[in-house]
Amino acid sequence: MRNVLPVLTVVLALFALWYGGAVLLNKNWSYDKAQRAGVELSFSEMVKDTMTQEKPRLPPPHQVGAELWKTTGAMVQRGRAFSKRSLIYHGWITLSSTVLGFVFGTGLGILLAIGIVHNRAMDKSVMPWIIASQTIPILAIAPMIVVVLASAQVDDLIAKGVISMYLSFFPVVVGMVKGLRSPDHMQMDQMRTWNASRGQTFWKLRLPASAPYLFASLKVGIAASLIGAVVAELSLSQDGGLGARMLVGSYYGQTIQIWSALIAAATLAALMVALIGLIQTVTLKRMGMAQ
Amino acid sequence: MIWIVSVLVFWGAAWWVNVILTAQKPNRFNSFAVPALFGITLLLLWEGMVRGFGINPVLLPPPSAIAVTFSENLPVLWGDFVQTFVKGALSGYIIGCGAAILVAVAVDRSPFLQRGLLPVGNFVAALPIIGLAPIMVMWFGFDWQSKAAVVVAMVFFPVLVNTVQGLQASDAMQRDLMRTYAASYPQALMKLRLPAAMPFIFNGLKIATTLALIGAIVAEFFGSPIRGMGFRISTEVGRLALDMVWAEITVAAIAGSAFYGLVALLEKGVTFWHPSQRG
Repeated sequence: MRNVLPVLTVVLALFALWYGGAVLLNKNWSYDKAQRAGVELSFSEMVKDTMTQEKPRLPPPHQVGAELWKTTGAMVQRGRAFSKRSLIYHGWITLSSTVLGFVFGTGLGILLAIGIVHNRAMDKSVMPWIIASQTIPILAIAPMIVVVLASAQVDDLIAKGVISMYLSFFPVVVGMVKGLRSPDHMQMDQMRTWNASRGQTFWKLRLPASAPYLFASLKVGIAASLIGAVVAELSLSQDGGLGARMLVGSYYGQTIQIWSALIAAATLAALMVALIGLIQTVTLKRMGMAQ
Repeated sequence: MIWIVSVLVFWGAAWWVNVILTAQKPNRFNSFAVPALFGITLLLLWEGMVRGFGINPVLLPPPSAIAVTFSENLPVLWGDFVQTFVKGALSGYIIGCGAAILVAVAVDRSPFLQRGLLPVGNFVAALPIIGLAPIMVMWFGFDWQSKAAVVVAMVFFPVLVNTVQGLQASDAMQRDLMRTYAASYPQALMKLRLPAAMPFIFNGLKIATTLALIGAIVAEFFGSPIRGMGFRISTEVGRLALDMVWAEITVAAIAGSAFYGLVALLEKGVTFWHPSQRG
């Protein structure tokens, strides 16, 4: 709780910076308009104008907030929550490919980690490539993967999920390898004195011991997965999604739309990380591992 | 058919060799040979499957075709590399990481600000910052400046969070020793806390290398001059010239790994004292 005040201060400072930036970036357009209309703007009039422009270079927070409300809450009230103009609809599309990719990425990551921990040849030959695979800016080839999979008659949702999967499997592999190896010598020896088989050691010692590591990497993985989904939507924009909203917004100079999609994506990321955090607390408490 | 069978045979043989190699004591030769053999096997599998199953080269070109395209288009690839990596990613990386370290040192004297900055920074580092790309392109134009700006935004928070954490890494005993030496704040910072923070800072810097390249390439999808790796990828995908796309990916992979390796090498030199480096 003692962190509340400092965090609030930093957040307030960020908002102040945002407003300041909005005035600074939008003022040229205000002066331009005034000059063409032949009026002289006072400073306070200029500031007022920068807050209400239609296509500002940097929309101030309240404009973004209003747009967010208009495309979510207000549409729900009118009973059109899933209309194509609502961010809930686009957020849902992004969420579905994120979760799909995340589930497969996590599954693949856990399987790879199990293989790596139990097989020395696999550890030595695969692990360096897994690490190298992450120094490759894979996100950059998202459009190609999407196009190729789409032309191979693969469903669009799966094509987008593949990108998310690629981004989310890495943190899971690294975390799980660490986690499955976390039981110390004493515990492993104990298993040996009980004549436990490899499978028993795995289910009763290694897997439970890896739970804290798994949750830590799941949090990183879901955030990476969302980024993958957003970028994949840039190439499959006809289906909609938050990434598509950003792209369309950038075509038409609708900065408010871009920012509201960005904030929506950020909220989605925060919610998913918080959800995993919640599951983590509950699970670890029941396993008796809560710190 | 002959392709598939021979590749599968090679796969089995390579696996067998790797099992033998890993059963031996690890030395310099087999710690390099094992992953290398695995990589070669992957490439051969790819080549063999594409040929064996007659996969349309428009969908998935075999590695040999990619290598040919790569060597034929060296000047184009070099131009794209300079535009995206040197101008966009590298300048943004230096500005972003530099700014992050400076801010971390600046807030170092205020525990209040640190407590506020750490959770916020961790939160922002998990956000899809890449979404700022269209906005940056709008603000800074199509050329490399906008790409550098995206990179700055992407690398700033991971490096900031790591540096702030690193500056708290020296333990109480060491700080007390500095006090008994009557060391001033700058002296303690330069001689103890910054060096102690280096493993953390380099951790952030290494994460940032990949982010920088991703940021620079993805930002080009939103508008760029007629060169650059992102521009080439998106236009060649449109023309279904996938061998060129793969050649560009090869460049990105080499650049990304080399960049990461360089920072890791630098880390080895700076943090030679750290247990993780003594192996």
